[in-house]
Amino acid sequence: MLLLAGRRLASMLLIMIVISILLFLAFEGDKLALAGRVLGQYTTMEGKLHWIEENGYNRPLVVRYISWLYGFFTGDWKISAQYNRPVLEFLAPRLANTAILGLCVFIITAVISLILGVLAGVNEGGLRDRVISVISVITTSFPEFASGTFLVAIFVFWLDWLPGSSSFTNGFSVKELVLPVTVLVIFNFGYYTRMTRASMAEVMTSQYVRTAILKGLPPRSVVVKHALRNALIAPFTVMILQLNYLLSGIVVTEVFFAYDGFAKAMYDAALFGDTYVVSACAMVAVFVAVLSQFISDVGYTYLNPRIRFA
Amino acid sequence: MTVTSVPATEMPKRRPLLLRILKSITLLRESYVGMFGAVLVLFWLVMAVGADLFPLRDPLAQSAPDLLKPALSLAPDGTTYWLGTDDKGRDILSRLIFGSRLVLFWSVLATVVAYAVGMLLGVMAGYRGGWWDEVISFIGNVFLSFPPMVLFLVILTNFGPTSSMGQYIGSLGVGSTVVSGVIIIVAITFGTAPQVARIVRGLVLDLKTRDYIAAAEVRGESPLYIMLVELLPNARGPLIVDACLRLGYVIIAIAVLGFLSLGLPPPEPDWGKMIAEVRGFGAMASNAMIWPAMAISSLVLGLNLLADALREISLRD
Amino acid sequence: MNAAQTPVLECKNVSISYFTRAGAIPAVYDFNLTVMPGEAVGIVGESGCGKSTVALAIMQYMGRNGAITGGEIKFMGRDMRTMSQEELRKIRGSQISMVYQEPMASLNPSLLIRTQLTEVLIVHEGISEDAAYKRAVEVLDAVRLPDPNRIMNSYPHQLSGGQQQRVVIAMALLSNPKLLLLDEPTTALDVTVEAGVVELIKDISKRFGTSMIYISHNLGLILETCNRICVMYSGQAVEVGEVKQVFDHMRHPYTRGLFSSIPLPGADRFSRPLVPIRGQLPLPRDRPKGCTFGPRCDFFEAARCDKPIAMLDIANDPGHQARCVRYNEIDWKRYRPKGLEAEPIIPGPPVLQIRNMKKYYEIRDNSIAAMISGTKSRFVKANEKIDFEAREGETVAIVGESGCGKSTFAKVLMGLEESSGGEVLVNGQEVGHLPVRKRPAGLISSLQIVFQNPFETLNPSHSVGSQIARVLRKFGVAKNRDEAERKTYELLDLVKLPREFADRKPRQLSGGQKQRIGIARAFGGEAAVVIADEPVSALDVSVQAAVTGLLTDIQRKKRTTLVFISHDLSVVRYLADRIVVMYLGRIMEQGTTDEVFSPPYHPYTEALLSAVPIADTSVTKRHIVLKGELPSPMNPPPGCPFQTRCPRKIGAICETEMPPNKDMGNGHMIMCHLPDDVLRAMEPVIKVGRHESEESNIAH
Ligand SMILES: Nc1ncnc2c1ncn2[C@@H]1O[C@H](COP(=O)(O)OP(=O)(O)OP(=O)(O)O)[C@@H](O)[C@H]1O
Ligand code: SF4
Ligand code: SF4
Ligand SMILES: [Mg+2]
Repeated sequence: MLLLAGRRLASMLLIMIVISILLFLAFEGDKLALAGRVLGQYTTMEGKLHWIEENGYNRPLVVRYISWLYGFFTGDWKISAQYNRPVLEFLAPRLANTAILGLCVFIITAVISLILGVLAGVNEGGLRDRVISVISVITTSFPEFASGTFLVAIFVFWLDWLPGSSSFTNGFSVKELVLPVTVLVIFNFGYYTRMTRASMAEVMTSQYVRTAILKGLPPRSVVVKHALRNALIAPFTVMILQLNYLLSGIVVTEVFFAYDGFAKAMYDAALFGDTYVVSACAMVAVFVAVLSQFISDVGYTYLNPRIRFA
Repeated sequence: MTVTSVPATEMPKRRPLLLRILKSITLLRESYVGMFGAVLVLFWLVMAVGADLFPLRDPLAQSAPDLLKPALSLAPDGTTYWLGTDDKGRDILSRLIFGSRLVLFWSVLATVVAYAVGMLLGVMAGYRGGWWDEVISFIGNVFLSFPPMVLFLVILTNFGPTSSMGQYIGSLGVGSTVVSGVIIIVAITFGTAPQVARIVRGLVLDLKTRDYIAAAEVRGESPLYIMLVELLPNARGPLIVDACLRLGYVIIAIAVLGFLSLGLPPPEPDWGKMIAEVRGFGAMASNAMIWPAMAISSLVLGLNLLADALREISLRD
Repeated sequence: MNAAQTPVLECKNVSISYFTRAGAIPAVYDFNLTVMPGEAVGIVGESGCGKSTVALAIMQYMGRNGAITGGEIKFMGRDMRTMSQEELRKIRGSQISMVYQEPMASLNPSLLIRTQLTEVLIVHEGISEDAAYKRAVEVLDAVRLPDPNRIMNSYPHQLSGGQQQRVVIAMALLSNPKLLLLDEPTTALDVTVEAGVVELIKDISKRFGTSMIYISHNLGLILETCNRICVMYSGQAVEVGEVKQVFDHMRHPYTRGLFSSIPLPGADRFSRPLVPIRGQLPLPRDRPKGCTFGPRCDFFEAARCDKPIAMLDIANDPGHQARCVRYNEIDWKRYRPKGLEAEPIIPGPPVLQIRNMKKYYEIRDNSIAAMISGTKSRFVKANEKIDFEAREGETVAIVGESGCGKSTFAKVLMGLEESSGGEVLVNGQEVGHLPVRKRPAGLISSLQIVFQNPFETLNPSHSVGSQIARVLRKFGVAKNRDEAERKTYELLDLVKLPREFADRKPRQLSGGQKQRIGIARAFGGEAAVVIADEPVSALDVSVQAAVTGLLTDIQRKKRTTLVFISHDLSVVRYLADRIVVMYLGRIMEQGTTDEVFSPPYHPYTEALLSAVPIADTSVTKRHIVLKGELPSPMNPPPGCPFQTRCPRKIGAICETEMPPNKDMGNGHMIMCHLPDDVLRAMEPVIKVGRHESEESNIAH
């Protein structure tokens, strides 16, 4: 078990290193382009060369990579060109905002989809299953900006119940959180629901559930004790694994609702060409994604005795 | 296990491919939901193909007096703006229909490219195993570790139309739409192909233990023949279903890129961009925003329902 | 039978259907069965005839789309169909319990055995966790599981197949049920492990007085375990009666057909070949109107057999019934379907020579402990010191249980794996180190294989004809399309399938037909050696006979060397000239069929012979039941590989020294430490007595 976790950890580190190299090459591989992006397009060649010399970009690539990586882990994320502030200082509160959004969405999605998925899968083919399945197919067809459009039209412009932008200009407000969270939950819960449903349905037709029924156990105990645990292993780990996709949706949602999170910051920086902010954001995002994969792997191992006691 | 008995006298004649495809489509009849999905997809397909045949306004023609008109409002020339106009006075209906052509073209192309790459890598990893598998899976995992949007942002900021790569493609004398399109395809392939590869690899790992693969090996078939002729055709069921779903995701991804103004350049009637362009006008733009949102959702819904029905049908026998 | 007693179970005119999109499928209809207290009733029949459906109907568990559409199922005199769900629940698992075919799949993978056992008692008897634990341990002990406390605290995957099945049986016995349903309980197990479980089952009915319904496709197992038998065919019972009566005086042509198609000790492939039942089991929806067996029956009579047939009492034989209007017209004494006799083959020069062949698999161990101790990789000796020869036209059988290395050997021969040492000569040419891709077309086509699983042997995406044609082109037998087509048809003729089959997809073929295509494919070129890896073990008995018959027929005509891999000693005895017995990667014994089947035996062969159930009442067997489980090939015991289970073990020498290979004369090799005189003094395991019944008088 520990060994397995250790092996996972090693492969996760390897992936992180490769990704950081890729990101480093993408952002800083071409130092002239980098100088252009940092100093602005209209800087003279001399200006760029001077900047390159000044900031140590004439050192060998490997040395630069190591110092770049070192800088990242010690919190030296350089200065944002757009805001002229240290990137870390600028990003920290936005990361917190995104974390709030992400956590809300994750918890709500998980609860809804596990419950609905189990309810649908327990009685595969029944009316309840059909209704839940169709609903979840329909909702997954509404990408964040589409459902955002509809919800804003209804709840903001028409009913005027909710604010249309969630920039927290007057401090944190739950009201401003409602629409972004809803939009993300709508797009995401369907996939997980169907996944849970499929897993539950499969377990319900398995021979060990038949054994449990034919042992004369009460139906409740069959579902709760015998089916549920096995059925939830897969969806739960997939859910964590798919945090990646949630993060993708968060970019759109934050832009749509002007939510002042790190994903929007990344997007703005990308449009502006604020390289240091983009690369820091990318590193953070990938770090979170890889970490979630690691957690999912370990979780799977832990939940599944067949692997745990292999 | 039941023994299927087919009396020797009754001999099914092989029908032509087209007929067989039609036959499998009629299977959809048993699923109303699937039929509905097929109708939605077909509707947009017809729109995309026949856009030129319909009496539509020029999707790019601007009309200064008719900004952000609501649906069913009258145009100065006495005709109707069925779905209203956008912030530049362009006809939304015609932009949607011409946009469907754009959306379907690029999303299908991107999906096909991503699928081709993913299938190739997946079948190599699954069948060859060993180092092939290690290396391909590792590279796949690296790209799967990026949240797709972050991957797109990284690719588009560093290799977008303004980058040296973009400028190089532009210097080949193709239009700016093509430059953006190619870059989008590249970005989507990086995001999607590893997922396809992972699925194909899983299927192949299962299929390659079958005796008919061993039979092919013991008669000395080449690995290429085994991969292409013996393995892939048997993986087609799950892959068709996945391709439907995946096409939906690609459509969303392209629309999102359009929405984030990272997609096809203006003034192309890209659905995602249509929303982004009028967003700033607040409540006034509700009408102009809702239609493209509907268009995307209905197309994706069609694909999702279709995939669902296909999956159910394939599970049945 | 005591008429005053209430039957434990009484099925009256039960009909069961499954409802599918394509309409209702009447899986079982008009089914009657009575089980008296303490009685063991066997249900036997081929796949798809409705055995498991009956069992599940008795449990009143028909799944999502099944339903009992008519009749009564009375348990202790009460009709279960009128019981409420709650009443049923109270009966299930306490009064009636069931044991399933796949022990691994029927245990919950993520719960401890203790949880799965104790919950039965807690739910049904409301006793405390501790009391339940104690009872569970007792029952585990009763099913002869060593170290019950360890088992209680294990997960299912930590147990072997045999142990799992014992746990499932223990689970079924926990609250002393009145009726135990066993659905093919040993099919997934190895022969020697099966023998142990069967002995346990026999013991249960004696010790606990539990009534049993034992479902199996194996007549021999029914003979060993049951008092009465019910032969099912296509959803109906066609013959019921006391086991001995039915075995010796069968009164239904189908039962007769079944017995003629299984290789009993008297059968001989030259003088008394097996006779398959012609045709196929009809699908439930296209059953003939009258006698369901009509289209396959030699006694079909138009006016009488084509209306529904009732179950008839056999005169002068109380309790024996058959569903045949002509049962008393058929001359059962004389009726014995005749197969095609053939001339014995005189083997030619050696074609296949295996000398000291080894195949090791490397297992890499990346654990920290292994890194420290430096044993980073270990070797699994899948094949060790394999030495034998096969001559032209000869059939050599390789026999052994799972993990004995049979398939590995086949892979080396086919060039899918490279041997790790020794020689593998085909017509004098070394092939052990020649992977298939490096073999010339001629060599490839001269070494072919027939696979085990009919459902996997053909590629479902391509038509049968194109798959055969591909082989012909690949072997260089056919140069162009036309020639390939013509030769494809010839091959279809050879395996006795209609030529139209060329255009079919594999899913339109039955299992037996697919295996025939597999055979056609193997003989597509000029095969010098054909390996058949359990070619019939997945087929029904009546089809098995036809496929083995076909295989040996072609082999004889073409004078091909056949290497027949099997775990089934009865089949092997029937068709092999020479037998190689393997255990854990090594050859334990080899010799001609007669030598292997009569003393002196290797102790393992002796146990194997005793383990094989034989459906013949005149056969008496010595009972040797092996203790313990098959060791893992990863971790073979030191000394003699068989020492952990050997009932004849002499002592320390068996545990430390690899036994010598002794020639008992004529190349009959036995690898054992037992002294020659002990070996020679062994009693035969199987004794075929004289039948008092009429049929065999003619036969012998
Ligand atoms: N590719 C492999 N890697 C590692 N070990 C292997 C491999 N193939 C086979 N083995 C080992 O060699 C042993 C013998 O395998 P083989 O499949 O030849 O046995 P078998 O008698 O044919 O078994 P069964 O009857 O179950 O098919 C196996 O138990 C397994 O542990
Ligand atoms: S009833 Fe007729 S067809 Fe049926 S088994 Fe008897 S003789 Fe044969
Ligand atoms: S060597 Fe010993 S343990 Fe092995 S078979 Fe002979 S008697 Fe048994
Ligand atoms: Mg095998």
